[in-house]
Parts: sequence; structure tokens; C-alpha cells
Amino acid sequence: MKLNTNNNVYTICYAAVMVIIVAFLLAFVASALKETQDANVANDTKGQILTALGYDKAAIDVAAVFAGKVQDNVFENGELKSYEGNFNTTYGSLIKNGELHVFTATTANGEKAYVIPVVGRGLWGGLWGYIAVNETKDKVLGTYFYHESETAGLGARISEKWFQDQFIGKPIFGENGEVALTVVKAGAAQAENEVDGVTGATLTSNGVAAMVKDGLTAYKEFLAKSCGESAEEEPVAECDSIGNDAEVSVETDVEQ
Amino acid sequence: MSKLFSDENKAAFTSPLNLNNPIAVQVLGICSALAVTSQLKPAIVMGLSVTVITAFSNVIISLLRKTIPNRIRIIVQLVVVAALVTIVSQLLKAYVYDVSVQLSVYVGLIITNCILMGRLEAFAMQNGPWPSFLDGIGNGLGYAAVLVIVGFFRELFGFGTLLGFQVIPQFMYDAGYTNNGMMVMPAMSLIIVGCVIWAHRAYNKEEK
Repeated sequence: MKLNTNNNVYTICYAAVMVIIVAFLLAFVASALKETQDANVANDTKGQILTALGYDKAAIDVAAVFAGKVQDNVFENGELKSYEGNFNTTYGSLIKNGELHVFTATTANGEKAYVIPVVGRGLWGGLWGYIAVNETKDKVLGTYFYHESETAGLGARISEKWFQDQFIGKPIFGENGEVALTVVKAGAAQAENEVDGVTGATLTSNGVAAMVKDGLTAYKEFLAKSCGESAEEEPVAECDSIGNDAEVSVETDVEQ
Repeated sequence: MSKLFSDENKAAFTSPLNLNNPIAVQVLGICSALAVTSQLKPAIVMGLSVTVITAFSNVIISLLRKTIPNRIRIIVQLVVVAALVTIVSQLLKAYVYDVSVQLSVYVGLIITNCILMGRLEAFAMQNGPWPSFLDGIGNGLGYAAVLVIVGFFRELFGFGTLLGFQVIPQFMYDAGYTNNGMMVMPAMSLIIVGCVIWAHRAYNKEEK
């Protein structure tokens, strides 16, 4: 029997059946695989944080090292509180709602560090990253950046090691206490808090610059409290003054 | 067995590699040739992904070809391609997460690649599954070959590297050589594709 494939009823039935089959297939695949995928995403996020700390995530057991070296905290009312909830894999909405996560950790070199999640926008989609700062919260110890859909070979190069390693050792604040760490045109980096952008990907590079500035500015209160971790031992009054830069505020105290 | 590799089937596989190359002759898939060829590695990854997806969507459409209503055939083709790409990317995400992260940027580009639709419409709708499979592999590889050529030149002259390894030695830079920033721009890939088409046609003219 030859099918009459030009018949209206046949066409409509065909379309309906096709849509239902494909919808069920996609829904089935998505729900059957969701658990494994979520576990992968959580593990990958931990790997990204460890990369910012200088670990080679391909060479280590990410989950075990993360559990041993990194502690998830929330910065609330001027102090760090240990975070007990489920591990988060995106931080954009949390930062917007004022839930500032800070990871206390030990770097691959054994230094004490704080890791701050940052979120921004590139040319085509979202950017995110993790910035590890040193114990005195004024220098970068390492970074990790990634993107949703930047152009392969151009904007996507922000996820490469050479780009991220440029940030190591850069001071975060400028002379007037503002976040001065920034990304400039490729080859134009001169000042000590400037980093070369990616050739041919100016908009993505600008996105990274904005993400770093906004991200660190959102954590300004935390970064300014250089005595935050020892607050229990030292008089709290000294730590309360929220200056742009801890050293500056101490000096003002002395003058008064 | 000999039927599997008859002259006709062989032609389905080999002609897109040269005489009927999807980019150089059919002029399909130019937009993705611009997007992913600034370096060699994404060009190779994209070429292989398109090869796999073209082959399998060709087979599926070829199996369904007698039942597909003529008036909605393009929609059916699009649904098959999109569903296939989505399922493959979900599976990669669950079982080989690293590969899926590498491919995430290409998924959208694969679905919208006109080689897929072009081959489904021109070949799989009229031919059986096996020749369609060969046609898909052949077209994918023909596409990959041009992408690799363009990616090779753009990365070599744009960055001085190949697959991320420094190829142009430091003393060349010391002697005043600089990377060509133009090569990194999408416009340059059109010019290189143009040169490839020129060389390809000149060569095939001689052969005839």
C-alpha cells in the first residue's frame, strides 16, 4: 500500500506524533541523566575553584582534595560563617541577594587563601570565575575564568592558562583604595594592576575587566577587613571601621 | 558485500571530498567556517562533530523518507537534527563531562549548519540508509578538510602557533616579525576560503 503523504490529516497526525515522541524522548533522556549531570557539574565547579588555587585538576581527585583543603563560608554581618547547605554551582543570584560565599583554602603551594566567586557578561553570554586572594587580601594568588558561549579561538581564550596566570601576584587595590585590577588591550598592560586582554576579543576582555571589578567590589567589605580571620582574638573595635584599605584605616586611627 | 561498496556508494563517499566539496563547490557551511577557524583545534573538533551528526541524521531521515509528508519535510528534518544533537550533548554531559564542556560552544553551530539540512534535503530524502550514511561521512570530512586548511593558516599567521604549540621561533620575532592581527578577524577566513576555492577549481579544471 502506498501512503498518501500529501493528505492533510496524515500531515497533521504525522507532525503531532513526531512532536510527542521527540518530547518524550528528550524529557526521558534529560530526567534519566540529571543526577549524573548534576554530580559532574558540582565536581567540575570544585575543580574550577581548585584551579584558581593552583592545583592541576586533571591530576588530582577533585572531590577528595576539595574536601580536605577548602571550606565553604558565607560572609555575614562582618564575619565568616561556615556554610552547611548544599554545594552551589552558580553564584550570580546568590551574590545579588547578598549571600556572599568565601572559600577559605590552602593553595597548591601551601599558602592560606580566600577564594571569591565572580560573575559577569561577555560578548555572547555569561562569564564566571574564581579569584584566589592572599591572607592579607591585597594580592591575587590565582584565577579561573570560564564562559558560556564566547567565540572559540577568540573570546574563549580567557579560559586558557596563560591568560589566567597573568593575574597572579597582581595587587587588587589602587592608590585610592578602589578596585584597580583590570584587563586592558592586548600588549598594553603597563601598570602593576593591569593585565593583557585577548587579541581580537576586546568585548570579552572588557567583560572580564568588568566582572573582576564588580565581583571584587561586591566583596569590598570582606576584602577590607584584613583582621577578619583573627577577630576573636583582637579587639573588635579595630576591625569595625570599614575602610577602603585596612592599612589606611589603621593610620587614621593612630592620627586621631 | 560487494554491493555495500559499489561504485555508486563509493562516489557518495568520495565526491564530497573533492569534486563536490560542501564548502568549495556546494558553498554550504560558510558561516561556521568563519566562526571556528581562528585556531586549528576548534576547527578539527567542529569538523568531526559535524561529520558524526551529518552521518546519523542522514541515516534517520533516509529511514523515514517514505513516510515524511512533503509539505512539512524541512520541519521534520530540523526536529530530527535538533533532537539528535540535544540527546548527544546530554549523554556527553553525563558520561564524558570534559568533552561536553569543550563542545558546548559548537552545539548551536552544529544544529544550524546548512550542510546538515542541505544533505538531508538533497541526498537522504532520495536514497537508502547506507549510501546516506556514506554521503554524511564524506560531506562531513570534506567540510572538515577545508576547515582544517583555513584554521591552519589563520593560527599559523595569526598567533604563530599550531594546536597551541609555538611554531614560529622566537628569533623571527626578535628579527622584527609580528603576528598578523588581520588573520584573527573573521574577514580573513572568507579570503582564505576564497583562495581555497580558487586553488580547488584551478586544479580540477586541469584534471578535466
